[in-house]
Amino acid sequence: MNSPLLINLAYIVASILFILGLKMLGRQASARRGNTLSALGMLIAVVVTLLDQHVVNYTWIVVGLVVGTAIGVACARLVKMTSMPEMVALLNGFGGLASVLVGWAEFGKMRALGWTDYLRTLGDAAPPHAFTAGAIFFAVMIGGVTFTGSLYAFAKLAELLGGRPVLFRGQHLLNGLIVAAMLVAGVAFALAAPTGGAALAAFAVFLVLALVLGWTFVMPVGGGDMPVIISMLNSLSGLAACAAGFVIANNVLVVAGCLVGTSGFILTVIMCKAMNRSFGNVLFSGFGAAAPAAAGVPGGAAAVKGELKPISAEDSFSVLEAARQVVFIPGYGMAVSQAQHVVRELAELLENNGAEVRFAIHPVAGRMPGHMNVLLAEANVPYEQLVEMDAINPLMSQMDVAIVIGANDVVNPAAATDRSSPIYGMPIINAHEARTVICLKRGKGAGFSGLENQLFLLPNTRMLYGDAKATLQAVSAEFKSLAA
Amino acid sequence: MDLILLVFIFTLAAFLGFELIAKVPSQLHTPLMSGSNAISGITIVGAIIASGTDDKSWLTTLLGTTAVVLATINVVGGYLVTDRMLGMFKKKSAAPAASDAAKKEAAK
Repeated sequence: MNSPLLINLAYIVASILFILGLKMLGRQASARRGNTLSALGMLIAVVVTLLDQHVVNYTWIVVGLVVGTAIGVACARLVKMTSMPEMVALLNGFGGLASVLVGWAEFGKMRALGWTDYLRTLGDAAPPHAFTAGAIFFAVMIGGVTFTGSLYAFAKLAELLGGRPVLFRGQHLLNGLIVAAMLVAGVAFALAAPTGGAALAAFAVFLVLALVLGWTFVMPVGGGDMPVIISMLNSLSGLAACAAGFVIANNVLVVAGCLVGTSGFILTVIMCKAMNRSFGNVLFSGFGAAAPAAAGVPGGAAAVKGELKPISAEDSFSVLEAARQVVFIPGYGMAVSQAQHVVRELAELLENNGAEVRFAIHPVAGRMPGHMNVLLAEANVPYEQLVEMDAINPLMSQMDVAIVIGANDVVNPAAATDRSSPIYGMPIINAHEARTVICLKRGKGAGFSGLENQLFLLPNTRMLYGDAKATLQAVSAEFKSLAA
Repeated sequence: MDLILLVFIFTLAAFLGFELIAKVPSQLHTPLMSGSNAISGITIVGAIIASGTDDKSWLTTLLGTTAVVLATINVVGGYLVTDRMLGMFKKKSAAPAASDAAKKEAAK
């Protein structure tokens, strides 16, 4: 058996493992095994690639693998669960940059060997030069956008940059021009002789422009829209790998990259639907940048008259002590104050007190898809208690108390009632239907979208101000002193 | 590898990707994302080929090796962090023995 055949057979096995792994990741019972299967597929793909006849120099590969593994293990072990969104963004960025470098290295090889000799390194495939050059263009362009876009998302999520969207005059025009210039450079690159200066210049142009574009196109996206951006960047990193696969005519790259590209795309669409906004709106609107004065609720046409009614931890305890049905509605604020463990403790105290406790999770709560589920899982909240939005809303009127922990737009009734509201039409968790709503909030002031939340002004709502972790601890302490 | 075959594979994989992910409970969105993120590190294969081919150019070697490092971080970090996350998802009062039984059930 010759080596290309063996390698391709192994690539088929790896592809099957990726497909099975992804499928199993979609079910709670099999998810962990699915991840292991997919990792096994990756191991197989890496090992057989080392047998490739064109791979002659192992020193640097081994160095790269050892260094990368050490850093990867350290990252995975040390990262805190609350930092998971930025971790995913960063890893994603590395993947994107790797695809850029693969495209670049192949171009360098093409220049060093000349096109005819370069073709020999591609095995049986005999692509026209324009095809390979086009694939290099896409790998570099998509990978470059993924890299700097992910870095920007990382910086935003790690709060190295402000969470608010950054808008400037002519931003969309600038992005449009960058894309147009990149396409021109791409065409020039595909048509130019690979060893000439023109190809090199065109390559440099679209490499730099891709890196700039990744930055400028994530800029206008606000913190609350991060779930969409993170899943979109994930999708792009897959497509970049896929393009790299077309460069080196490698089937496993094409299959795996494409699977990631499409699955990430679906997740992006799910996130957009959960906000009732189009993908274009998320990317271009700069949602939450300017305080929406026109639609701002106080003084607005549809303003709900009312005032913020504060409540103390002691009074919260009295309300909760009598409650039989309690639902927690966590948002990004829970992640910020790292309150998940305290929340779980309070939930247990409530259960011991005879209450039924649920957690209502909005699909876009937090900064990445499924963010709240991960945090609550870390705090040992069993996943049966986590209820999706569509399942909790019919039950909401039976709830004695809804505790909103640092969530804002996802519980704003204006989304259902106020046509002038920018979030009108977004599906929300109907917290306002509960008998009593207790909102935990760091201080007065609007949430991420810059909107005043009508929920806070309703007659059945009480505001519990302070750091969520500290206030919840105070409430729990009341329960404990009761038991003692 | 014939080019048209490659395009063929791409198209089928795209449809397969849509089918695979269509119905995933929102609880699993994060692990699904970080797990597929690790798969996108498949570009490591391209990185290995780029770094191991001897074209007498230090630039290719440098780019390839850096790509190997980055893709390896993506792959290793992605899989491990996904595994760590999934390890935290627990059923209520499920004894370890019971959850093992459930896993075997799922494997069938």
